[in-house]
Amino acid sequence: MTQKTSWTDQRVEVIIGNLLRMGVIIAATVAFLGGVFFLINHGIEKPNYHFFNSEPSPLRTVGGVISEAISLRSTGIIQLGLLLLILTPIARVAFSIFAFLEEKDHLYVVVTLIVLTFLLFSLAGGKL
Amino acid sequence: MNYLELTLIIGGGSFVAGLLGALTGLGGGVVIVPLLTLALGVDLRYAIGASLIAVIATSSGAAAAYVKEGYSNIRIGMFLEIATTLGALGGAFLAGVLSTQVIAVIFGLVLIYSAYLSSKPKEDHSNDIQPDPLAVRLRMNSSYPTSEGMKQYTVHNVGTGFGLMGLAGVLSGLLGIGSGAVKVLAMDHAMRLPFKVSTTTSNFMIGVTAAASAGVYLNRGYIDPGLAMPVMLGVLAGSLLGARVLMVAQVKALRIVFGIVILVMGIEMIYNGLSGRI
Repeated sequence: MTQKTSWTDQRVEVIIGNLLRMGVIIAATVAFLGGVFFLINHGIEKPNYHFFNSEPSPLRTVGGVISEAISLRSTGIIQLGLLLLILTPIARVAFSIFAFLEEKDHLYVVVTLIVLTFLLFSLAGGKL
Repeated sequence: MNYLELTLIIGGGSFVAGLLGALTGLGGGVVIVPLLTLALGVDLRYAIGASLIAVIATSSGAAAAYVKEGYSNIRIGMFLEIATTLGALGGAFLAGVLSTQVIAVIFGLVLIYSAYLSSKPKEDHSNDIQPDPLAVRLRMNSSYPTSEGMKQYTVHNVGTGFGLMGLAGVLSGLLGIGSGAVKVLAMDHAMRLPFKVSTTTSNFMIGVTAAASAGVYLNRGYIDPGLAMPVMLGVLAGSLLGARVLMVAQVKALRIVFGIVILVMGIEMIYNGLSGRI
């Protein structure tokens, strides 16, 4: 029995490792492509980061970022890459729920659900 | 300075930060914010947003390699993530309330603490005392691979560790850093985990902790694509290279130098915060 559990643990770890790696590679690629596109369009403009005036509202929500990226705006594509990166650890937590379920470890299913709830709450902007 | 020049400078600086962070084990995130604010005059809020993104990238990239080696303890990590994610949400809300001056001073103190910690040698704990009964109930005790085969370890002071992790989460959400220094304090000193287990589990947790505040930051407009993109790509490339070089490099002297750099940055953050220049 102990043997079986550790075998499952190891398999889960391999899957999680691959999930994280894929997430980072995809996110970095999307952000890079968006970045190239952005610099071609805006490379010689002057940025202003000395004063904070918040991002334009479409770039501040999950739905807004997706629609900006679909309309192929360079800042939207970069932001989509950043969003995919934020989603990578969240996906890892979500996957862990299934892994703990398969191991019938109900205590940790609950623990993981609590963590996932906090993460989704944040992604929704910290508003209920 | 135009966007192209700024992107190249930030990308290059972030690359070096990621490389040194991986080589010294201190993490690159901790120097990104001082680099952007002190050297380039970027607003602290944009800097924190970009840094947080870089922290997620390096943590996830490194964790992908670590989990396969079998050092990280997923149960300990997941349980403590309740504390870190809740703390990170709190920290992200605090970041919207506190003035940038106060945040800069706290940042400086954390930098000085990180520098102090880097000067101390790492030591493994012996497992002669009784484990925490809570750790037994939570099935945290486990084993990890060593050169002499699998070695058992037990977990202590779960409550203290949990509390410290909450603090690590608050700092992570407030400052946009991984809070590796506080996490190591919790797991090494309070919970008495073996060094290999605590560092890899800490790394595993950093990405999830950072993701918990990243959503709030995104919604508040702290995450700027033009700034976060070169930071993320630079730090990621630097830390991946650093992890490879680490196998062959002698990093003791580098640790000392990087520790001093962090100390100086910490003092400068505090000075700028107190004098209202940030």
